Amino acid sequence: MSEHIVSPKIYLGIFAALMILTATTVYAATVDLNEHFPGLNVIVALVIATCKAILVILFFMHAYYSSKRTKLIIFSGFFWLAIMLALTLSDYGSRTWDLH
Amino acid sequence: MSTSPTTPAVHQLPEEHYLNSTYGLRSWLLTTDHKRIALLYLASVTFFFFIGGIFATMIRIHLLTPNGYLVTPETYNKLFTMHGVAMIFFFLIPSIPAVLGNFLVPLMIGAKDLAFPKINLLSWYIYLVGGCFVLYSFATGGLDTGWTFYTPLSSVYSNSAVTPAVIGIFINGFSSILTGLNFVVTIHTMRAPGMTWFRLPLFVWAQYATSIIFILGTPVIAITLLLVGLERMFHLGFFNPALGGDPILFQHLFWFYSHPAVYIMILPAMGVISEIIPTFTRKPIFGYTFIAASSIAIAVIGFFVWAHHMFLTGESTYAALAFSLLSYLVAIPSAVKVFNWTSTLYRGSISYDTPLLYSLGFIGLFLIGGLTGLFLACLGLDIHIHDTYFVVAHFHYIMVGGAVMGYVGGLHFWWPKITGKLYPEFLARMAAVILFVGFNLTFFPQFILGYLGMPRRYHNYPPEFQVLNVMSTAGASILALGYLLPMLYLTWSMRYGKVAGPNPWPATGLEWRTPSPPPTENFDVTPVVDWEAYDFKNRPDLGLTQPSGPALSPAHGDD
Ligand code: HEM
Ligand SMILES: [Cu+2]
Repeated sequence: MSEHIVSPKIYLGIFAALMILTATTVYAATVDLNEHFPGLNVIVALVIATCKAILVILFFMHAYYSSKRTKLIIFSGFFWLAIMLALTLSDYGSRTWDLH
Repeated sequence: MSTSPTTPAVHQLPEEHYLNSTYGLRSWLLTTDHKRIALLYLASVTFFFFIGGIFATMIRIHLLTPNGYLVTPETYNKLFTMHGVAMIFFFLIPSIPAVLGNFLVPLMIGAKDLAFPKINLLSWYIYLVGGCFVLYSFATGGLDTGWTFYTPLSSVYSNSAVTPAVIGIFINGFSSILTGLNFVVTIHTMRAPGMTWFRLPLFVWAQYATSIIFILGTPVIAITLLLVGLERMFHLGFFNPALGGDPILFQHLFWFYSHPAVYIMILPAMGVISEIIPTFTRKPIFGYTFIAASSIAIAVIGFFVWAHHMFLTGESTYAALAFSLLSYLVAIPSAVKVFNWTSTLYRGSISYDTPLLYSLGFIGLFLIGGLTGLFLACLGLDIHIHDTYFVVAHFHYIMVGGAVMGYVGGLHFWWPKITGKLYPEFLARMAAVILFVGFNLTFFPQFILGYLGMPRRYHNYPPEFQVLNVMSTAGASILALGYLLPMLYLTWSMRYGKVAGPNPWPATGLEWRTPSPPPTENFDVTPVVDWEAYDFKNRPDLGLTQPSGPALSPAHGDD
């Protein structure tokens, strides 16, 4: 369980990547993507946000250098979140009436 | 340690042990010894049990007459809410993990302490801070939302002190998370040489499964209640339709944690039962692997059933169908345990000692509680009995008849280890029987009341329901006596009880291979495990295989 020393280069690289992705988010928000596919704007924003979160977890939080067991724990956290979202949405998505 | 229990040995307390190694308030409040922290938790959960008990008593007195003369309807709402909050979040959830689990997990796996002793102490302080917020809420206006905090009542309409209560439960959640984290790391990394996963006592498996729920579920309830607080204080729209929120979303988030939380309460009790039964039948437990695996299965499947609490909310019929089916599935691992326990009893050399009485009570009451859960999970039937006393009886059979019986039984079973003293056996058996009788008299009538249509959480009822309500209140008084007795004689025994010796029953776990009370470091030398769990045959150190001498029975405080 020794500490892994990560070189500043990698940190700076990740930082740069995060900044570029942030800029992309801002830019994507100014383009009307919903025209092509309803909801695409949100999807694009979420995909970028997910990439950023993954970078932070892998490198800033050292998950990339951790043991398999730690990775499993991190993964199960997200998996459980997915259970919560999926089953909750299964209710909203399958209601037989429409209240708009 | 080597004295054979067949000769009625006169035991002496070890000269130095964890209770007398240091003195003074400081040595307790700043301790990092898991055994002392367990006792700190014991005192604090007992305190909340009292608080919750006072509210319960007032509820039952109020319901003696159809029009309830004791309190106003508003106060009645507060009584059942505060009863539920105190009992669930501050007694039942921490009871077995933080008291018995804290004390036993390191001892059972042959470790000197938990992996993070300071975090362990921190979790107790967090519990206290959370508890203070909740007590503050009780004292300044009370709480009337039900322990379920349903929105928009809790976030908009309630005039009671909801905000401090949700903050208190939010804070308290971190205490659970830290305890769970501590157990998981400890069980993974600190097992003694030879203590393989499948030699772990089933109590440890149960704590492990519970810890999974602590870690993966508790953050959700903490954040959800925080959102209620934010909506209440700052009118942010999460659950209030007027602000663009959705009240049903609250129920999804609440039950995503709170159904698994009912397994937080019952799984550790199942672990206790799995320790007691082999000890008092002198047999290895039947189906070890199945019991261990069923704990994990319950922990995982328990996360897939939550919307069975919402069948009547207007949730989608298709989702309700799936959740109903999944709820039936969770009964399978529970049944696996019950069948394995009864198979262990079969042709065992049974001695009806106090802990075993509690275990037998547990099996019967859990069975009724679990099976009525299946009634409730049935989509059609639930329309009739949802939010009636049937539900109240269902969960009290499991939580009081199951979890509390397991806790009290476990306290008796390990009391000689914790204090080094034996309690008076006759009184203890009496108390166990009184509890069983009082419990059934209190809660069985509630099944009937509910089936006849008496709604829960109402402060009055039609006169034809009075007889059953009076029975229930009468049972509650017997129940109260049943709880007072152990408190009295257990406290008495700490000073005046007979010295227990290291292994009075005898039982097979590692915790019984060290003096009672154990030294601060738990073991003088790190134990090496070369036997399978619950193996009475290959354990000459238990003194059971002696060719001559009187038949061996467990040591009692009053023979
Ligand atoms: C065999 C597995 C179980 C099944 C299938 C089951 C099913 C159910 C269902 C369907 C309800 C909702 C009833 C309604 O509101 O109409 C319910 C309520 C409840 N159950 Fe269970 N249950 C099971 C085990 C447990 C256990 C082990 C516990 C506690 C340790 C528990 C505690 C509760 C509580 C506290 C409620 C009421 C919550 C409230 O509305 O205040 N159940 N159960
Ligand atoms: Cu449930």
